[in-house]
Amino acid sequence: MPDGGSTGIGASVKRKEDYRFLVGEGNYTDDINRPNQTYTYMLRSSSAHAKFSIDTSKASKANGVVKIFVGTDMEVGSIPCGWQVDSKDGTPMREPAHPPIAKDKVRYVGEIIAVIIAESLEDAKNAAELVDVNYDDIPVIIDMQDALDNSKGLVHDEIDSNVCYDWELGDSEAVDKAISEAAHITSLDIRNNRLIPNAMETRSAIGDYEHATGQYTLYTTSQNPHVIRLLMGAFVLGLPEHKLRVIAPDVGGGFGSKIFHYAEEAIVTWASNKIRRPVKWTSDRSEAFISDAHGRDHVTSVKLALDKDGKFLALKVDTLANMGAYLSTFASSVPTYLYATLLAGTYTTPAIHCNVKSIFTNTVPVDAYRGAGRPEATYLIERIVDKAAREMGISQVEIRRKNFIPVDAFPYQTPVALQYDSGNYNATLDAALKKADYEGFAARKADSAKRGMLRGIGFSTYLEACGIAPSAVVGSLGARAGLFECAEVRVHPTGSVTVFTGSHSHGQGHETTFAQLVSEKLGISTDMVEISHGDTNNIPFGMGTYGSRSLAVGGEAIVKAMDKVIAKAKKIAAHIMEASADDIELNNGNFEIAGTDKSMSLADISLAAYVPHNYPHEELEPGLDEKAFYDPLNFTYPGGCHICEVEINPNTGEVKVEGMTAVDDVGKVINPMIVEGQIHGGLAQGIGQALLENAAYDNNGQLLSGSYMDYAMPRADNFVDFKVGNEVTLCTHNSLGVKGCGEVGAIGSPPAVINAVVDALSELGVDDISMPATSEKVWNAINQAKNKN
Amino acid sequence: MEISLKINGKDVKAEVKPNTLLSTFIRENLQLTGTHIGCDTSQCGACAVHLNGDAVKSCAILVAQANGAEITTIEGIANGDELHPMQQAFHENHGLQCGYCTPGMVMSSIKLVENNPNISEEEIRKGLEGNICRCTGYHNIVKSVKQAATVMGG
Repeated sequence: MPDGGSTGIGASVKRKEDYRFLVGEGNYTDDINRPNQTYTYMLRSSSAHAKFSIDTSKASKANGVVKIFVGTDMEVGSIPCGWQVDSKDGTPMREPAHPPIAKDKVRYVGEIIAVIIAESLEDAKNAAELVDVNYDDIPVIIDMQDALDNSKGLVHDEIDSNVCYDWELGDSEAVDKAISEAAHITSLDIRNNRLIPNAMETRSAIGDYEHATGQYTLYTTSQNPHVIRLLMGAFVLGLPEHKLRVIAPDVGGGFGSKIFHYAEEAIVTWASNKIRRPVKWTSDRSEAFISDAHGRDHVTSVKLALDKDGKFLALKVDTLANMGAYLSTFASSVPTYLYATLLAGTYTTPAIHCNVKSIFTNTVPVDAYRGAGRPEATYLIERIVDKAAREMGISQVEIRRKNFIPVDAFPYQTPVALQYDSGNYNATLDAALKKADYEGFAARKADSAKRGMLRGIGFSTYLEACGIAPSAVVGSLGARAGLFECAEVRVHPTGSVTVFTGSHSHGQGHETTFAQLVSEKLGISTDMVEISHGDTNNIPFGMGTYGSRSLAVGGEAIVKAMDKVIAKAKKIAAHIMEASADDIELNNGNFEIAGTDKSMSLADISLAAYVPHNYPHEELEPGLDEKAFYDPLNFTYPGGCHICEVEINPNTGEVKVEGMTAVDDVGKVINPMIVEGQIHGGLAQGIGQALLENAAYDNNGQLLSGSYMDYAMPRADNFVDFKVGNEVTLCTHNSLGVKGCGEVGAIGSPPAVINAVVDALSELGVDDISMPATSEKVWNAINQAKNKN
Repeated sequence: MEISLKINGKDVKAEVKPNTLLSTFIRENLQLTGTHIGCDTSQCGACAVHLNGDAVKSCAILVAQANGAEITTIEGIANGDELHPMQQAFHENHGLQCGYCTPGMVMSSIKLVENNPNISEEEIRKGLEGNICRCTGYHNIVKSVKQAATVMGG
């Protein structure tokens, strides 16, 4: 194609969005100021569990205070959960009320108890000091085992248990039978550590009510503005969509934490009507630690049954999943439908059973964080496989190859509901072995040993399900929303194109990747394409960005809209060139009459569509602007192999990542540069989980890791250069053949890192270490092993 | 109190409260919103600016302490439409994703390279310890700084 060739599918086009960020002209929510705006400080509970009374009379008179609201002032709906999970006995999950401002009881440190609105943030903060709060403390539930014992107390005393649901998937009888007959059983107890997402831009929200029109506008740091409009408008504030506009401008990272509808969004929107002025709130980092939804936090006991040759016979999983104090938007789906359904991994394990109890505790709500359920599943599979191989004396590579789903078995129906469409797990393993120079490992280990260091190598041959998801399937599983995507492709009169997409970019580079789809299909340069997202008044509809769905679902919707544009353009061209539409072919951006030298460019046709002097008015409407909704037929199934190599200093316990190799199959790659960037970021978060990060609570429910002084965020010198490659099997149920790449790094890598650490320590007899494998933990493991020996 | 300083080549005089942070002054008073706030413990580096030739975290000093100083923010380092080699290198090497840490990264990296033109990869990684990025895994940031160092005359 004339212009599009260099910017189409497969080209590492430099990002269109970079310039504004590089010159400091990004437009993030906190950069926005509305005329006559007020500033908000959220006063948050310092107690994890208490009845409380609050007196704001003194604070209300403080300098600059406009208004103070407490829970009883805000009689609105409950912050909703978007997914209903039923227990195995058929009863629906316990779903406690979640008021935006706590009324008389607090259930975690960080819960909002008063909203102080003032002329400046400083005034609001100063006034907060004058609010008189009396806490009458109640016993705190932090540990999930404690939570199972009602006598230790209830997080919600209006419901009879701390168990949100007791759910299962799979064939329990078949699993028990296989276990009773197996030649070998490997068991492991695992904690998947609680993490804090830590997008670098903290959350922020501005509510702006316009009295004259009755219109509300919410500016917010969101991955899915339409979903926020739906949840907040319909469930919390009772506002119809046509009176509520939600704008998510440039968003500084999300990783899941900005999917959810948070109390602050409802508060500023509601309050802007009450005080008839714009209300702005921006979280500071300390506040983010105790108010952004946390991630992971599973405690799991797992058993793998194998035959004498190392073939997997059955997998039995029992999990306690922490929900925190309230159900966040997707919380209930994460440890169930995004977790247990993944337990086949890349293997042919014929029988699988998983039981999950999700538990309320006096901690910050837990919800989806990069990978959401799939990292937890992958971690336990790849750890138990590693342990089984060690116990049975089979190599880590061999045990995996022996159990891989073979390439000719696709589509492959797992025993845990999913049907994989494509994959080639030996191909990614082979490529990763080569890239990681597995053959040279023994020599590197010997070299480390000479220097008194321990060296280990660890594998993870993972699979994930993303491109979330077919609405009919998730609906049957309890989702209270559809998970399609919408796009509108507007060809302007002179032939440039604006795409309106319901996907939302907060770092993923959609403005470039989506423009490449247009470039490829319509044969114009990406310079001629603008991608618009993040504003419910501009975008017809959208379900947003999470679950690595933007390209596989949102991108496919764009393709569907372009198909409609092309079909119409052919009819217009046929009319003008006096041919049959069936004879018009689109080649290199030109609409040609097949077998002739007559053709029209897209710009010629779009001009004719908007200046319809010579136009088939009886058949077509003027204009060239088409919309499509796309609902996928299945999830997509990226997979691959991650190999980590570590060196451990036995004197200090320090673990140094010496090599991190990732060969992933994410289907067709549109922009290799962007895909690699996504993998890098995911790997860093995965290594962060494995070695550094941990959200720690004390027994009183105080978050001990509540700042960057205490929570070990990965820094540049924690890593080496990553070795990244890809192998491609195409997704069979979307036209692009794409699968998704946003989460694979964070899903695949943690077990590779821990398996490497265990491998390094295995000569001392260590067979497990929990995440994060900090120097202290590793040093203790080494010394305990030495003392035992 | 009254302060006067030079920001991005322009003289600025302003009446400020003595407890005003430099970062607040830059963002709120001057509306130069390219300087970002990513934490409240001076750990993340999103607010880095140049102050009298050094990269500093603008959340860690009061504007009063910068009285009379010469300050450059992310908005002031390109030459008209021509990006600074560090900005250009971040673009060419995909050294940014969400863009939030980017201004601080660029400002810190410029001084790292100016102070050590033949900077090694290890020195870059150590030198950027005070700048947190959650998106890139630092891989392409390191690559960007290496490339910029070559262009900047290392």
